[in-house]
Amino acid sequence: MNDPGTYRPLSYFQLMEVSLRELLVEKGVVTEEELAQEVEAMRKRGYERGARVVARAWVDAEYKKRLLANGTKACEELGLEVPALKLLVVENTPEVHNVIVCTLCSCYPRMLLGIPPEWYKSRNYRSRMVREPRAVLAEFGLQLPETLTVRVHDSTADMRYLVLPMRPAGTEDWTEERLAGLVSRDSMIGVAVPKS
Amino acid sequence: MTEMQFKPGDRVRVLDAYPLGHVRTPFYIRGKAGVIERCCGAFPNPEELAQMRDGLPAQPLYRVKFRQQDVWPDYRGSPNDVVEVEIYQHWLEKT
Repeated sequence: MNDPGTYRPLSYFQLMEVSLRELLVEKGVVTEEELAQEVEAMRKRGYERGARVVARAWVDAEYKKRLLANGTKACEELGLEVPALKLLVVENTPEVHNVIVCTLCSCYPRMLLGIPPEWYKSRNYRSRMVREPRAVLAEFGLQLPETLTVRVHDSTADMRYLVLPMRPAGTEDWTEERLAGLVSRDSMIGVAVPKS
Repeated sequence: MTEMQFKPGDRVRVLDAYPLGHVRTPFYIRGKAGVIERCCGAFPNPEELAQMRDGLPAQPLYRVKFRQQDVWPDYRGSPNDVVEVEIYQHWLEKT
């Protein structure tokens, strides 16, 4: 990493970002305060929204159908806006396991899952998840049998993806809220499965 | 928008082309054959957007399903394993 005592000039894109930000403030389009608040809001956004969507789909079969048919609309039903995002929800079954990657950059359903984890953006994950998904999943602690089909989704263009994990056995009498607490971020990316 | 040329189930091949610029077709999938999984609608062409043009007419976007064994000859795993990639229509040809 950078030596904190070493001065480094701004990169081209950092300079562009600063210039644009200063112009927007100067012209009164936004204030510094609004920008700071928005950055904070983005940092705070976690994966709870995604977990809410999954829990609803687990308890409501009709909602699940709508979610799989049109992810964006089904999120709007829960009051979750997913702007500039066409959401595709892919369902795990006893036969198929889904996992999401963006090999070109780091496309991620931020409105539902917040800021992506560092490893999701790493070259290692992005290049290997399409090449040897089973080996990478094993490194996450997920050993999948040969009988299970692995479906890797490369998020290369305008769609964003969310995995709908399987509801764990033994949770039949759980409330929706309690179920939501079970849904991890990683299980909605597809590198883990929820356990009760 | 540009007219849709493919429907789910159609066999297609990704062009084995290497144009310069901002291209959202990953290298590993160029030249590979797969099947249209679904149509995702039409979107402004990102290669044009990157040149500050409007990207219109919008290009149909498809999800194409490839057998992992067709993509990586030495793939380890189930023969049923697949990778699904979003590809714009102008990158696809019928096989």
